[in-house]
Amino acid sequence: MPFIAYLSKRLIALIPTFIGITIISFMVMHLAPGEPIGVQADLNPKMTPEVRERLRALYGLDKPLYVQYWRWLDGLAHLDLGRSFAPDRAPVWNKIKERLPVTILINSLSLGLILLIAVPLGVASAVRQGGLFDKAVTILIFVFYAAPSFWVAIVLMLYLGVDLGWLPVSGLHSLMGYNALSPMQKVLDWTRHLLLPVAVSAMGGLAGLSRYVRSSMLEVLRQDYIMTARAKGLSEHAVIYRHALRNALLPLITILGLSVPGLIGGSVIFESIFAIPGIGQLMWSSVMSRDYPVLMGNLVIVSILTLLGNLLADIGYGLADPRIRTGRHG
Amino acid sequence: MGDKPEVKSTIPKSGRFAWWRSFTKNPLAVAGLLIVGCLIITAILAPVISPYDPQAINTWHILEPPSRAHLLGTDTLGRDCLSRLIYGVRISLLVGIVAVGLATAIGAALGAAAGYYGGMIDTLLMRFVDIMLCFPAIFLIMAVIAFLEPSILNIMVIIGLTGWMGVARLVRAEFMSLRERDFVLAAKLSGASDRRIIFSHILPNAVAPILVSATLGIGGAILTESALSFLGIGVQPPTPSWGNMLTQGKDNIEVAWWLSIFPGLAILIAVLGFNLLGEGLRDALDPRMKRD
Repeated sequence: MPFIAYLSKRLIALIPTFIGITIISFMVMHLAPGEPIGVQADLNPKMTPEVRERLRALYGLDKPLYVQYWRWLDGLAHLDLGRSFAPDRAPVWNKIKERLPVTILINSLSLGLILLIAVPLGVASAVRQGGLFDKAVTILIFVFYAAPSFWVAIVLMLYLGVDLGWLPVSGLHSLMGYNALSPMQKVLDWTRHLLLPVAVSAMGGLAGLSRYVRSSMLEVLRQDYIMTARAKGLSEHAVIYRHALRNALLPLITILGLSVPGLIGGSVIFESIFAIPGIGQLMWSSVMSRDYPVLMGNLVIVSILTLLGNLLADIGYGLADPRIRTGRHG
Repeated sequence: MGDKPEVKSTIPKSGRFAWWRSFTKNPLAVAGLLIVGCLIITAILAPVISPYDPQAINTWHILEPPSRAHLLGTDTLGRDCLSRLIYGVRISLLVGIVAVGLATAIGAALGAAAGYYGGMIDTLLMRFVDIMLCFPAIFLIMAVIAFLEPSILNIMVIIGLTGWMGVARLVRAEFMSLRERDFVLAAKLSGASDRRIIFSHILPNAVAPILVSATLGIGGAILTESALSFLGIGVQPPTPSWGNMLTQGKDNIEVAWWLSIFPGLAILIAVLGFNLLGEGLRDALDPRMKRD
């Protein structure tokens, strides 16, 4: 079972990384100037030194750091991330749980969109290396890569939403009359709302990935087996799509895994612009209101998501690469 | 340029300035250099070339569209957008250069230690890099900013502290490939200290890739700063930054398109300039790093 062995090796490698993530998240919260209860306490005029001490004891802040860390880690294991500082005092995990699906949905859709466009674009420019098409695509990609996504979002909102009135510019679905819609209309309504956010979040990754596909494809096209395939008289189509593409796309799986943090990071921007109730917007609002428990919960959950993304990429790579799947090398 | 007949040689030119010749043959790289040059000149001459004081509030001329008096219009406080845009260059360059300088220093130091000593030090440092890379940079930056004042200094330091991992990996790879080379062994045999070998013998050989990654990094740092300022947790008004100018643009999107269009274009051009320059340097300085 070489694949099982490969997989368990990957899983074991995750453990120290996971511990490191929790330590850094914890340190950000505790080594920063001021205490997590500081803001809460400073804003309360009735705060006396005794009450402050009681509050410190309540949050366990009077214990040594390693005890606090262990408690926090224990809480994390039960998805207990503490309670929000917001007036509703809601458990942090509930807030995250509500918003996670939205962010994952949009990021998956934009990952799909990226693949759908980047792969054909990269292959097409690799095949026409140095030609007019390749040069035009290269310049276009540079511009895409440099364009700030929040600006593109604003421009698209201005043009498609405000000037032409074609697309809604905020929220996940219409607020008025949404419940009266048929299921089909609801899907259409969601699609119309998600079109701009997904397009904007795909933009940056699209540029990077299609450039990557291009160079990976060029690399493969230089290999001896491609020359062999050509020499035995295969059509150019067969050479490129059957022999070259599959090998060129293999490293892409790893790159996709590595692009997860960037995509999730982008959520902060497009969710706050398009008023989408996802994890990015939660992060932004918790920074603005200094809601530290929510902030730290977000940080650790998002980095665990990244870790899972990397693991998925490793699994995908293992399944796609016959050398790992069967354990035969060479 | 001269009258002398040019002697065509088939032997590839080499020497100190070969990279410059190959750089100037690449139109995209030259475009990048021109853009970056213009940005630096604009930043230096900002007080001379901006038509108005970027902070001067003029309540008689609020939200005026571009005109001859205000080429890029005015904002919600009647300030001249062109002047604010010009002063914004200073912020973007300052943040980009300082943040990347810090990231490069940290990354080079840790990468050099990992690559030169290897073993346990290498394992630990690279594991640390893996862990840092699991945090989406903007989340980590936001988490730290929540505890600090969002001043320009803090923004620069935080972007630097969260952006050194790429450089560390790069420098480590260079050091691993260089540390077994004959000139390093020779230096060791002649009794040079580790410090001397790292800084005087190996590091100079790794300058080219570091320079390339720093140039590309400046573009990234400018984007990050503008995104943070746009979200209201970066450079704070009234200091003009392209990001916080865009916040105003977004809030007035239905009445004042010029507030949104120009700052965004400025960011795009600046980032494009550094990216083109970086890629151009990559192709010119080190053929091994060439992407295609």
